[in-house]
Amino acid sequence: MSDNNNKITKVSIVCSKGSLEGIYPALIMANGARMEGIEASIFFTFFGLYAVLKNFNTKIKIATVGNPAMRVPDAKGMVLPTFLGALPGMSAFATHMMNKEMEQLDIPPIPEFIEMIHDAGGQMFACKATVDMFHLTTDDFCDEVEKVLTVGEFYELSAGAQIIFT
Amino acid sequence: MPTKDIAGVTVEVNEEGYLTDPTQWTQAVGEAIAVEEGISLMTEEHWKLVHFLQKDYAENGVMPTIRRVKSTGGIPVKELYALYPGGPLKKSSKIAGLPKPASCI
Repeated sequence: MSDNNNKITKVSIVCSKGSLEGIYPALIMANGARMEGIEASIFFTFFGLYAVLKNFNTKIKIATVGNPAMRVPDAKGMVLPTFLGALPGMSAFATHMMNKEMEQLDIPPIPEFIEMIHDAGGQMFACKATVDMFHLTTDDFCDEVEKVLTVGEFYELSAGAQIIFT
Repeated sequence: MPTKDIAGVTVEVNEEGYLTDPTQWTQAVGEAIAVEEGISLMTEEHWKLVHFLQKDYAENGVMPTIRRVKSTGGIPVKELYALYPGGPLKKSSKIAGLPKPASCI
């Protein structure tokens, strides 16, 4: 949780969403924690698991439907109504635009980001309930994923950590 | 502007101890800051990162990200964290006499 100076020393981040805007906050927070010398682990659950699924984590997209804050062509543009967001190619287009912006800020693509966090000493785990539900095996995950965990084991590993749900 | 006496000279620093005038930096100042940051011996590998940061900052006017240190500086992420445990970019920037990195990446 925190040491005597009230500094955060350990975080456990739960990544539960599989959209681009669902996954990146978890990765940025984990990486940012390591950069500050804070212990960090990420627990991927439900659709968040796609962030660490080989061959799938290269195809993560922004949700352009059901997102009332979504605007085009940029953050201060027009609201994108849900029926337009549902048009074929809209999600791919929005994702392409966002990826370009992120590249300029040196925010890596998801597979590279996962590798960076791993090399920085961040630990990554997959949720057992989801793995069973989606009929996945450990071979489906990228190598950086250490283990499939039950929620109980996740809490055990998170002893003394701040738990962040994204 | 606060000042700090270190390695026999007086340098200008901000409230977090980062040098505010890079021209006041010397290797001896860097070594002394390193000791304060818990790195008692600056090896060749430690200096490699410091020199890359200094060069990159001089060329671009912004502090490089960890990803840039990896791709352009050629220093693997693992090595970076092994050399400067507990906040590699923050510590090495301070030792290099540069501003605190302002990026989230």
